[in-house]
Amino acid sequence: MNAASSPQPPVDSLVLPAQEPVEKGNSLWHDAWLRLRKNKLAYFGLWTVIVITTACVIGPFLSPYGYEEQDLDLGAAPPSGKHWLGTDTLGRDLLVRLLYGGRVSLAVGLAATFVALTIGVVYGAVAGFFGGKRDAVMMRAVDIMYALPFPIFVILLMVFFGKNIILLFVAIGAVEWLTMARIVRSQVMAIKKMEFIEAARSLGFGRRRIIFRHILPNILGPIIVYTTLTIPGVMLLESFLSFLGLGVQPPMSSWGVLIKDGSDKMEEFPWLLIFPGVTFSLTLFSLNFLGDGLRDALDVRSSKD
Amino acid sequence: MLRFITSRFLQSLLALYLVISATFFMVRFVPGGPFTAEKAVTAEILRNLEAHYGLDKPLWRQYLDYLGSLMHGDLGPSFKYPNRTVNEILGDKLPVSVELGLLSLGVALVLGIGLGTIAAVRRNTWVDYLASSFGMVGISVPTFVVGPLLVLVAAIHLGWFNASGWYTAADRVLPALVLGIAYAAPISRLTRGGMLEVLHQDFIRTARAKGASEFRVVTRHALRGGLLPVVSFLGPAVAGILTGSFVIETIFQIPGIGREFVNSAFNRDYTLVLGTVILYSVLIMALNLVVDVVQAWMNPKVRLES
Repeated sequence: MNAASSPQPPVDSLVLPAQEPVEKGNSLWHDAWLRLRKNKLAYFGLWTVIVITTACVIGPFLSPYGYEEQDLDLGAAPPSGKHWLGTDTLGRDLLVRLLYGGRVSLAVGLAATFVALTIGVVYGAVAGFFGGKRDAVMMRAVDIMYALPFPIFVILLMVFFGKNIILLFVAIGAVEWLTMARIVRSQVMAIKKMEFIEAARSLGFGRRRIIFRHILPNILGPIIVYTTLTIPGVMLLESFLSFLGLGVQPPMSSWGVLIKDGSDKMEEFPWLLIFPGVTFSLTLFSLNFLGDGLRDALDVRSSKD
Repeated sequence: MLRFITSRFLQSLLALYLVISATFFMVRFVPGGPFTAEKAVTAEILRNLEAHYGLDKPLWRQYLDYLGSLMHGDLGPSFKYPNRTVNEILGDKLPVSVELGLLSLGVALVLGIGLGTIAAVRRNTWVDYLASSFGMVGISVPTFVVGPLLVLVAAIHLGWFNASGWYTAADRVLPALVLGIAYAAPISRLTRGGMLEVLHQDFIRTARAKGASEFRVVTRHALRGGLLPVVSFLGPAVAGILTGSFVIETIFQIPGIGREFVNSAFNRDYTLVLGTVILYSVLIMALNLVVDVVQAWMNPKVRLES
């Protein structure tokens, strides 16, 4: 018994060469970083995202105004030294509402993407790893779900079960995982045939360990790229719902809510539409460029299906 | 090929059945009913109303009844518009949405394929950069920003169009443009990528060697292969144009299905909600099926794999 278990640690260390891509990852990621820096638009996108996120997180603390604070005497005023982006019809500072709205939009974007990421990666990895009949059934289910009009279901959910923000991102996340599952599956199928997986298997490691410790770290690239590209899609869906009055509810703001308000009053007070519209578009623009740049930098070929 | 179509068709039927059942039970388990909003309804009237619409029967019975009449193409009576059937309401609104969708699709295809092809042929010149950045802008600026801004400039300041409405031919321009541009952007990117791949291939060189003009090489030889990625995108694109018209119909006050759907959900008009969902699903699935078949027809490789 002792003789059998004592060689265990050396066996474990035998695996290390198999994990080398992860250990040596520094240089791989470093190369990718250098490539990303050379791509001006992607680099610009990265910094824009950082600046906007930081501003949304910290900005509201620095502002003298609250997002609900009204100055009814002032009403809707154009940008000035006191209110940099002007005020809305209730005399609320637009800049502060934009920053608070950004928090909500970004948070919903991240949370929903996380939901989609988790479901998609686990589902895709399981289907790809086990293959055979299980894979066929699971991917057929994905095919069928692709055909469902999900945005319509999300709208129904939001109308029927109250405009609950947690429900919002769970619902969006549950819609957006399909493509992630397909990408992860095809990557896993390619990786699982490699020798180091064979080695891990011959060492008697469980499937769970092989999937999570050996396969997934090696397909981080595609996962990161697709995650970056999912965030703008999710934020778009959130603001689409908010625009229809089904997402985030006043007095809380989100970029979709602000754009909706702005478009209602754009004739007299165009700044109410222009500032939120530009901020939102710039964020999506930056995230898309960053995702594209990451794809080139990490050398991820677009998956065939 | 026939097997391929049959299996896809059966798959769509299964998906459709799932959609119908999921929606049917979802609307029934939702808090609030179609008659809760009505003022001063006595218990007796409520009972009569429910009996009239069959809401007093057990749920499984209602479900089977619904499926049964659905088989005959009957979507049932509307709960909110007295004496009107869901078929009539959808029949009124569908042509409007379809017209908007087709016009937008036209804009998206002409603009997207045109720009993408020019960008690929003039690769890495300023023409390419201009077309490619249009693609990125189109993807990143949402329709509900482009729409109001266009209205602000073209309708309110320049006075070229009406800000909203759906009466004259000119009223079609702005909505179709806004929705079309949103889908022209990804189409132009896909066209550019597809064309670049094809333009490198030997048969293009052969065509050139035989003395075909550049225009003929591009339109006759390259486009068919280069548009493959576009064709596979068309399924999701058409679905997106259909749902995207929700926002466009709201912005431009267009009496189409999108607006009706949101209203019916708010009104708890069960049958109208179900009818709209079924209509959308059938449209989307039928179009996806067509796209799959066209794709197989265009690309022998896909045909063999299936």
